[in-house]
Amino acid sequence: MTRSRRTTSTLGTAVLLAFALGGSLTACASSGTGDDGQNAPAATGPTTQNLDAAEVTVLAAASLTEAFDDLATQFEAANPGVEITVSYGGSGALATQIIEGAPADVFASAAEPPMQQVVDAGLATDPQVFATNTLELVVPAGNPAGVTGLADLSNADLRIALCDESVPCGAASAKLLANEGITAAPDTLESDVKAVLTKVSLGEVDAALVYRTDVLSAGDDIEGIEVPAAADVVNRYPIAAISGDATGAAEAQAAAAFVAFVAGDAGRATLDEHGFGAP
Amino acid sequence: MARAAARGTGRLAWPITAIAVVAVAVLVLPLVALVVRAPWADLPTLLASSSVLEALVLSFTTAVLATAICLVLGVPLALLVAHAESWSAIPRRLLRAAVTVPLVLPPVVGGIALLVLLGRRGLIGQWLDELFGITIPFTTGAVVIAQVFVALPFLVFAVEGALRSSDRRTELAAATLGASRWQVFRHVTLPLVAPGVAAGGVLCFTRALGEFGATITFAGSLPGTTRTLPIASYLAMQTDPDEAVALALLLLAVSVLVLLTLRDRWLPGATA
Repeated sequence: MTRSRRTTSTLGTAVLLAFALGGSLTACASSGTGDDGQNAPAATGPTTQNLDAAEVTVLAAASLTEAFDDLATQFEAANPGVEITVSYGGSGALATQIIEGAPADVFASAAEPPMQQVVDAGLATDPQVFATNTLELVVPAGNPAGVTGLADLSNADLRIALCDESVPCGAASAKLLANEGITAAPDTLESDVKAVLTKVSLGEVDAALVYRTDVLSAGDDIEGIEVPAAADVVNRYPIAAISGDATGAAEAQAAAAFVAFVAGDAGRATLDEHGFGAP
Repeated sequence: MARAAARGTGRLAWPITAIAVVAVAVLVLPLVALVVRAPWADLPTLLASSSVLEALVLSFTTAVLATAICLVLGVPLALLVAHAESWSAIPRRLLRAAVTVPLVLPPVVGGIALLVLLGRRGLIGQWLDELFGITIPFTTGAVVIAQVFVALPFLVFAVEGALRSSDRRTELAAATLGASRWQVFRHVTLPLVAPGVAAGGVLCFTRALGEFGATITFAGSLPGTTRTLPIASYLAMQTDPDEAVALALLLLAVSVLVLLTLRDRWLPGATA
């Protein structure tokens, strides 16, 4: 069975355009996916109810990319007719998009403050924390600069990438470094964790701080160095269905089912595989 | 009679006018929204913050440098493109395509391309690192390189347009009168295309000022070193949309101001 699902990465121009044009880009990205599910064989899986055909747009933190790709595929297999489109980006930018009226049915954030903004705007209620994550030091494969620990991040001779403090991974990094009394000497402060990871896999930086889940997903191009102190700085990931004007009944029902699925046992197992901790 | 003729050619069929008005709305409405939504009361405070000033100074310095480099590289390239009119079709089209590609390429792709060329493990970058210990990404120089990459075509096409519309016979006359090729270029060609060079330089500057995708991909984002205004605006979207709108407004104001200083005939399209 093949299913088409578009995942769009939120890059700068797209964000600004979506902002300017009232957030119509996500809608464009989800249209034209040909499979209506009629030919899909009945799949066994975590299905709890019969859902009407619906297209559900999920906005998720960049760090959830691999896990949510899996979860969306599983959910679609279990619920023929439901099409999940996931768009990934920095949690703060996604929250802004939702508040500005981007068509979204579900929001999964990498930290609680962006979700709180959406709740405060009256667009979501009762977010559920469904996963946790901690930071890890990463270096390119072979560790060419001989990095051994967090203290190396203060070495100005090394090329170092961190997340900007305006995004959850950056806020966590700043907290971790402050806890350890380390003044970092970064060469770049990236807008999301995947951008940091890319700079490491390309070998353009000697060391960086990313989530431990990213270390698992990135494969052989990078090596992770566990940082004991990172256990004290835990990111909590909340998820909630979004109640916008544009949401139809079928979409709302499917969105609620997807949230329950992610926060439930089946979702837990997949998130576990990708290295996310339990709430 | 002359007035009647002017009216006859001046009036458009109404469907064309109607569609053109829609087109203007498509271009202008987003910018109007920006102006309407701008946090006018807080604007002075937002724009006077040290991080904004830092980004502004960096953006201006790099855009000026990039424009200077574009002028040095772009005018000869424009002459070559104009000269290529006498070439056979394939090399002529290849050259034109090479100049056009950065215009139509997503800037992020340009950034990736620059990274795999000049990055620490890039085609040329690895030698620079090994032989001279020079690494380009994450430096202010990388910002300038990214800006030159995306802005150069604007200069080339403006100058080439000016060359096409100018009367090249004066060059021929100068050559007949014994001027050397350099003298012809210096005293005839260059003054002939000066308006095109000026227009191209201004467009180049505004494009460099607005550059985002190639910069964040290739140069990264560090306050004071590589975090230009567009990148600061994008990051502000993460936490403070008001600040993002304020920064966007600043960029818009600069661009509009610069473009308004151009005379009509210097704008692209009007030169050809």
